[in-house]
This record gives sequence, structure tokens and C-alpha cells, in this order.
Amino acid sequence: MSVVAENLVWGMGKKTIVDGVSLEVVEGETVGLIGPNGSGKSSLIRLLAGLRRPRRGRVVIGGRDVSQISRRVLARQVALVQQNASTEMNVSVLDVVRLGRTPHRSALSGWSAADEAAVATALARVGMESRKHQSWPTLSGGERQRVHIARALAQQPAILFLDEPTNHLDIEHQIAILRMIRDLKLTSLVALHDLNHAAMFCDRIVVMQDGGVVAAGPAETVLTEGMLKAVFRVEGRVGRSPYHQRPHIDFLVD
Amino acid sequence: MTEETFRGEPLRLALLSLSALCVLAFAVAVATAIGDYDIPLRTVFLSITNKLGLSSAPLSRIEESVVWNLRLSRALVAALCGAGLAICGAILQSLLRNPLAEPFVLGVSAGASTGAVAVIILGIGAGMVSLSLGAFVGAFAAFGFVALLSSGTTTGPSHTILAGVAASQLFNALTAYIVTTSGNAQQARDVMFWLLGSFGGVRWPEFQLLLVVVVACLLVCILYARTLDAFTFGDEEAASLGISVAKVRLVLFGVTALMTATIVSMVGTIGFVGLVVPHAARFLVGPTHLKLLPACALVGAVFMVLADIASRVAVPQQTLPIGVVTALVGVPFFALLLYRARPQS
Repeated sequence: MSVVAENLVWGMGKKTIVDGVSLEVVEGETVGLIGPNGSGKSSLIRLLAGLRRPRRGRVVIGGRDVSQISRRVLARQVALVQQNASTEMNVSVLDVVRLGRTPHRSALSGWSAADEAAVATALARVGMESRKHQSWPTLSGGERQRVHIARALAQQPAILFLDEPTNHLDIEHQIAILRMIRDLKLTSLVALHDLNHAAMFCDRIVVMQDGGVVAAGPAETVLTEGMLKAVFRVEGRVGRSPYHQRPHIDFLVD
Repeated sequence: MTEETFRGEPLRLALLSLSALCVLAFAVAVATAIGDYDIPLRTVFLSITNKLGLSSAPLSRIEESVVWNLRLSRALVAALCGAGLAICGAILQSLLRNPLAEPFVLGVSAGASTGAVAVIILGIGAGMVSLSLGAFVGAFAAFGFVALLSSGTTTGPSHTILAGVAASQLFNALTAYIVTTSGNAQQARDVMFWLLGSFGGVRWPEFQLLLVVVVACLLVCILYARTLDAFTFGDEEAASLGISVAKVRLVLFGVTALMTATIVSMVGTIGFVGLVVPHAARFLVGPTHLKLLPACALVGAVFMVLADIASRVAVPQQTLPIGVVTALVGVPFFALLLYRARPQS
């Protein structure tokens, strides 16, 4: 299932935050969304996931306009992992992952074998099955992020949106999560801050600045010295890693 | 928790509900036995079975009448009020993701009392129906005020709480204004007593109305139990799980406003039950709403019946306002919960 954004415009009050964004994520592709703080990445992800209604333009998922799809049907096709979603409730890992089955269940339907299988698979996918009875407040940041991803996978979506899923994680967990996302057979769009990670794990990269898309394409064509200076205001040299053959940035400081 | 204990969960829940029901039945029986003059539990039991046509024990007509016409209806109304207020608290705490949310904090109770006081003192209409109607109008006015103040914002639940605080202040001020400008001394005393809650004077008609409202609202809430679980991580997470957040909020706020208005119109404002009971129930059965809401109903009912007993026996020859008792008992209990829930490091 593919995602197409057509000339999206959205803002709060008089401030325009997403300004004429068009992009496409083709089926099975992992796309990295990069850009400085405040460039509109999170807002764009919310628009794509159907949580916000654009002022202009539209989002088309699997050939259908998102605004024409009911919330429930959409949630079976699209899952979203937000930044730092937390709770004060004393819920268990299993409780949280089970929430992913919400769009598949009616108010009084029982817990089915399909629900159980989806939850078990999702827990196994993030390596949390042995800790499913652990409570939320006792989890570390990395574990919480993995549980959120498991919850999203339990929705059995075709499309996964992740808003900075590696924020606040140590390097081991950052790489583990990005590898997992790359290896999932889902269409995914991931907002990332680490440009080298985007180069390593994404099929294509979309660069945002001031609410608009300024570059899109494979890491080789997008990650250039000119782009680093113009968008991120840093000096860098882009080479090719001798280890994974992907573009690699060395940042220069005086 | 191990796999085995997890499988034993339904049994534990069944035992817990059964024992809660027994405790509730016993508390209602004790509440019926205790009063200006005490009636033996056996007489209480026989009076009830006599009335239900299950027995025909020879009893004093007066005792039978006191049990049936005065005390049993009062105890059952107390149970329903406790259940209703506790459910309201649980719903609001989940929807707003705020452990402090309850009908009081959101100003719904204040609105209901303004409406009722306007009827009592300004004498708009007369009798029970118009008092309830006044409380209703007030509760929904406060509800609308809070909805209006917090609508269209993306700042989230804390905004709604702040709007609720503003609503409480506004409606409490209106109540005070009406009382001080229009009331005579006797009316002001009556209103004060009513503002602190009282089960005096409730009879079977109140019970019947309350039974319908509380049971219907509880059923609606249970239909929404899974939806409420989806609010664990906030509105946006709920939306991304396929929940129509605006519609759910409207329905559930409406249900809580309806229950609160009905309760306040009959027994006045009773604080703290909606705040404390959901926390205690969560402690017992966990945060999953399919278990939490029935647990709140049971714990709330038991708590209120016990509070009603305490209000009648604490001071000889006097009945304390029920709100005084719930606060006096509730606050230390709440402190204990807070202490136990402190972060373990």
C-alpha cells in the first residue's frame, strides 16, 4: 500500500507549519524524513496519519483519500508511533500491545485467536515477550519505545509512521530499532535526526525545511554538502562508508 | 506475574466481585438496622422478605415500615449514588488523563447545585421535579461552559481541568450570590445542608429514577470500556487506534453530566467519592476499564453506604452532612494511596 501527499497545507492560527508538501512513499519502501527542529516533520506525519485535517491538499493511502476513510478502517491500515507517548497508569506491556487490537475488535467481541497471534508476533518482533507482564513505569525509554512499536505492529498495518523513534535511546537500541523497521515488510516513513542513520537504513530520504520539502531521493543524491549547509547550517563532507557502502557524513567543526 | 497467576485472573475477579457484593449487601443491611432506634438484623431481613412476598413473619408494623419505607430506600439510594459518582470519576480521569478529574473538579456538581439552589430560593416552580430540572440545567450549563472554554484547543486535558476550575468558581459564586441576596436565614441553612449532601428524605421514587439512570449509564460506559483503554496514551494515540475522539468525549461527558445532575438533584453535592474510589479500584483490579468500571461501581456503593452509616452514628442524636463524612474518611485514605503509589527508587 502506498502513501501519496498532494500539496498539503496545514497550520495553527495564522502560522503555516506544513506548506505545500507533496511526496510519495511506494509500497514496501522505508523513507527517512529529516529536517531541522521545527521544520514540520511531526505535523506532516500527523497529517499523513489522518490525525489532522489539511487546510488544502489531500493524503491518498492505497488509492483512497484519507478524509473519506473512517477512523477505524484507517487504523487497520495505518499505525503511528509518536514521540514519548507516556502514561501514568500502571499498565503492563501486554495491556499496551493489546491496545493495538482496538481497531480490529467491536465493543463486546471476545479476544480471538487472531488477536492473540498478532500480539504474540508483535511482542516477539521487538523482543519483549519474556517481559510482557512487566509494568509500564518500570520500563526504560528504549523498552517503552519497543513496546509502542509492538503496539503499532499488533494493529497489523500496511503502513507505519514513526516520529523520531530513536529519540533518547542509547546507540545499541537506536540501531536495533532502525534495523527492525528496515526489515519489516511494511511501507514506512520515519522521522529521524541522525543523518547517518537515515543514510544507512532508509531506501529514500525526504528533507524538510520551513514546512516544505526541499529534496527527496536516494541518500546518494540528497545528502550533499550544499544541502547540509543550506538546510542544517553545518559544514560536512559526504563520503562513502567502506563498511556498508552507504553515504556517510563527517561533520566539520573549527 | 507468572503465566499461571495470569490464567487464574478470572477466578480471582469472580471471587472479588462476589465478596464485594456480599459486603455491599451486609453494609446495606447494617445501614437499615442502625438509626434513631436500632432494629435487629434479623427483623431487617424478615421485613424485606415479607415485603417481597418471600416470607410472612409476624413483625411490628412500625419496624417493618421503618425498614422498608425509610431506611432501606435510603441505603440503596446511597449505594447507587456512590456507584454513580465513582463511575463518573473513573471516566473523567481516563478521558482527561488526569488523576484529579471528577465531577467536582470539572464544575458539573457546582453547576447542578447552582441550578437547584436557584429553584429552592428563587422558587422557580415547586417540588421535586423542578428541583431536579434546575440541577439538570445547571449541570449541563457547567458542562457546556467547560466544553466551550476547552474546545478547539490542542493543548490537551490540562486545559479542560483549568476550564473546570473556572466553571466551579463561577457557579459556586453564583450559588453564593443567590443564597446571600435572596435567602432568608432558614433557607440559607437548608441550602448549606443540601450543598454538603444529605440522604435525608430520599424514598423509593428517587431510588427508581436513580436505578434506571445509573444502570443505563453504567451499561453505556461498559460498552465504551475498550475505547477508554485506548485513551491510555492520550487523545492522539486513541485517534490513531481508530477512535473517534470527539464523539466519544461528547457521549461520555454527556453520560457523566447526566449521572452527576441526577445525583446532585436528589442528595446534594457529595465530594471525594469520584476522586478516591477509582484510585482504590484501580489498586484492586488494575487499569483495564472492563474490570475497573464495575469495580468502581461496587467499591463506590460500599463506600457510600458505610459513609452514610458513619454520618448517622458519629454524633449522637445528629446526622452529619454526608459530604463531611466522605471528605473526613476520604482524605486520610487518599493520603495512604498517595504514599503507597510514590515512586519506588
